[in-house]
Amino acid sequence: MKEYFHSVNLDKDKCRGCTNCIKRCPTEAIRVRKSKAQIINERCIDCGECIRVCPHHAKTAISDSLDMINEFKYKVVVPAPSLYGQFDKKYSRNNILNALRLIGFDYVYEVARAAEIVSEATRQLLKNPNIKKPMISAACPSVVRLIQVRFPSLIENIVKLESPMEVAAKIAKNEVHEKYKIAMEDIGVFFISPCAAKVTSVKSPYEKQKSYVDGVISIKDIYIKLLSALSKVDDSSKLALAGLEGIDWANAGGESGALETYNVLAVDGIHNVIKIFDEIEEDRLSDIDFVEALSCSGGCLGGPLTIANVFIAKTTLKKHINAASKRDIKNMDKKSYEELVWTSNVEYKPVMKLDQDVSKAMEKLEKLEKIYADLPGLDCGACGAPNCRALAEDIVREIANETDCIFKLRQRIRDLAEEMVDLGGKMPPVMDKDTTE
Amino acid sequence: MSTIKLRYDIPANDFVTAGEASSNVKKKLTQIGVSSDKIKKAAISMYEAEINAVIHGNGGYADVEISSDKVIINIIDYGPGIPDVELAMKAGYSTASDNIREMGFGAGMGLPNIKKYADKLEIFTEVGKGTKIVLTVYFS
Repeated sequence: MKEYFHSVNLDKDKCRGCTNCIKRCPTEAIRVRKSKAQIINERCIDCGECIRVCPHHAKTAISDSLDMINEFKYKVVVPAPSLYGQFDKKYSRNNILNALRLIGFDYVYEVARAAEIVSEATRQLLKNPNIKKPMISAACPSVVRLIQVRFPSLIENIVKLESPMEVAAKIAKNEVHEKYKIAMEDIGVFFISPCAAKVTSVKSPYEKQKSYVDGVISIKDIYIKLLSALSKVDDSSKLALAGLEGIDWANAGGESGALETYNVLAVDGIHNVIKIFDEIEEDRLSDIDFVEALSCSGGCLGGPLTIANVFIAKTTLKKHINAASKRDIKNMDKKSYEELVWTSNVEYKPVMKLDQDVSKAMEKLEKLEKIYADLPGLDCGACGAPNCRALAEDIVREIANETDCIFKLRQRIRDLAEEMVDLGGKMPPVMDKDTTE
Repeated sequence: MSTIKLRYDIPANDFVTAGEASSNVKKKLTQIGVSSDKIKKAAISMYEAEINAVIHGNGGYADVEISSDKVIINIIDYGPGIPDVELAMKAGYSTASDNIREMGFGAGMGLPNIKKYADKLEIFTEVGKGTKIVLTVYFS
């Protein structure tokens, strides 16, 4: 497995080297070089902000195509609850799930059902007096990666529970295996995803070696097919089994709303998440037990690979939530939630460090401050770095030069020109007839 | 051994920019590679001292000296000074006004928290002139 697989990718032909994406990136992971954006892999957290902001649609997400399901004899689909918000309100959840069968899947298991299990496991964990609080949900993979690169002291606060997607995939695979006596390797489980981060979390998981999900198909890639299937859907099978709590996970505030405590904080939008994490890091939110942090504004419904406008999707989802029943998973035995706990830990990836050696890092920081003080401070981005400070950092990391700054370059040229004019007026004394004694 | 010297203005009664200096110092310590628990100690104690200067001290400035083994943070204000330092150090003791408390500050935990998180705390104060807080966090 490659160490840094990223779903977020660049279509070089479409990229015009503008600076929109570098300015929006929450981890300053993009630079423009030779008229093309370049992603610094170690820093990218797959939040998809650049996908959203790119005016040329050059930022894309690598995901699997629907054709991939044919590599498996038995095809299982685990749709994210955000899928329900994408279609006209006239279609019921059952319509949408049956449409998934119509386009080629044999078995449907709603991720929303697994979300209810994860909610119950979280409620159990909250009762544990030894657990580090505030607990931070691991549901959003971008947020976990953000913690890995920028908030190492919060690693201990991450709720080490499998995501609803993983739980759904595991349950569905086992169900099919037992019900229909199909070999595990013949069962392909496909997640229908609102975002790139989920693709990365399947292809390159941070919590364990292998995901139960075999492929991730984006909502936007499957949308047209589902839409035409919806027009001829036969609603014979009752597939909509999840309760309202699970469906609400698609919304910002849904996951935390399902907990039995009011000491929760729900934050959405990656830049807002960073602000809240700063607060937690400095012990200023000690009265909070649980933090639901989602990278996308509006939660998963606002995912970069969704189709419907997030606000419209919210009202659509509300309709589905109202139509769903409340399901209770109160009497889950201890063992089954303990199975959801990760065995390995999330590792700190210190990408912000200037040098491995503290005194060298000090020297670099000192130099950085000097360079920064000398830069124009316009944060124009014309050098290919998101702001003047980032350029100063790049210079001390030796991946950029001071003259990458067009103002610095202009200053140098001007100084040089002045010097040339000055030198041009000078004559060697032996030839200089104008000087009077 | 090199040291990095930084100066930040702390404007009076400005809760919007309050805390900016400590979060800036936090970023720099991260770049140097100081371990996260030490960064936390420095950031929290500096934040508390900064907020004190905003609330009680009519603003002032912060002088920060980072070296490879420690950070020394000086918070200087031109406020009323502290008449009874021992009393001010007591958890829960506060002279903050009601409207400050309504904003969620003034719980009387400022100085006690600084003492708790900083490795060394020195207070120089003169009634009518101002207060200087010097706090040190060691990295090893």
